[in-house]
Amino acid sequence: MKTIEQTTDEVLDLAATHFKVAREDLQPGDDFYKKLGIDSLQALELLTRLENHFNVELPDYEVQGVSDFQTLASRIQARL
Amino acid sequence: MNDYKGQTLAWRLSEGVVELTLDRPPANEIGLAMLEDLERLAAALPALESKASALIVHSNQKAGFSAGADLRQLYEGAQKLDARAAAKGVREFLERIHAVLNRLDVSPLTTIAAVHGVCFGGGFELALACDLIIADKMARFCFPELRLGLIPGFGGIPRLKRDIGNGVVRDLLLTGRSINATKGLAVGLVSQVAAEGEALRAARATAAQTTKFDRATAAAAKKFIKLLPAEELRQEIDIFCELFTRPAVMEGLRKFVENAGPHPYLP
Repeated sequence: MKTIEQTTDEVLDLAATHFKVAREDLQPGDDFYKKLGIDSLQALELLTRLENHFNVELPDYEVQGVSDFQTLASRIQARL
Repeated sequence: MNDYKGQTLAWRLSEGVVELTLDRPPANEIGLAMLEDLERLAAALPALESKASALIVHSNQKAGFSAGADLRQLYEGAQKLDARAAAKGVREFLERIHAVLNRLDVSPLTTIAAVHGVCFGGGFELALACDLIIADKMARFCFPELRLGLIPGFGGIPRLKRDIGNGVVRDLLLTGRSINATKGLAVGLVSQVAAEGEALRAARATAAQTTKFDRATAAAAKKFIKLLPAEELRQEIDIFCELFTRPAVMEGLRKFVENAGPHPYLP
């Protein structure tokens, strides 16, 4: 079982890789919309990449209103 | 007409396969222009069916297969009319899109939706009219209509119900949540999952396979196994039109159209 820290790290790694942002520029508390410069369609892309990576389902309503990596990671953690 | 290029889509017949390319920025929203192009396809189908074995529907837009009905056009059109006239216009649109999708649904061709990215609402309903859905790993399927105070109006519920278990239909419909291709495969919605960006290639390989079979046999098999849920499709139009007259719908459409935030596609 991954720890929340591991999950958060993997979320940050994945976001940095796919949205071409330097990993060291991303922190758990960052607003991913602002930090990654993504719109709603790209947020769905992030959601799908996270589901595929962690092999979980993340219902949209569980991540609605979530905008920081740490909370997003906690939603994933609850589904692992 | 073997080849056609319209405002919102194009098709081309080659080696027994018709490829229909949706190409209306930003995300193949289905409004009047796409409806007219789809009606041209429906009119051309008899000729295409005499020469082809399969038809692939795919998108040239990066965002995905289709984000669904053109809600901006729907809202702005309805704003210019009184409630009665707006409802009449919506019913006419639905009758026309149903005629097109029903024709595609029963085509003797083997029809394949090659899906990437968003496949929402009316776009999902277009994919459901096809015989097979081949999706890449980044595809997402959703019926977000309930948040607008509506139900899917292009035949989505009867077609989804025809294909998968009612429990999953209720989950998708009543929560408005989106699911990815892997989940779609697990519930029987998606027939094949391809790597990212490979759905069209997989669809082409599948279409090529269908060209090996006798067309009359394939058409008979399809006719036997894929029945048009005609009565439910009629009921859907009536329910949609009844719901559409409620003030909550205009309010929901207004919120969507005026939403400048980052979440408009998240139900």
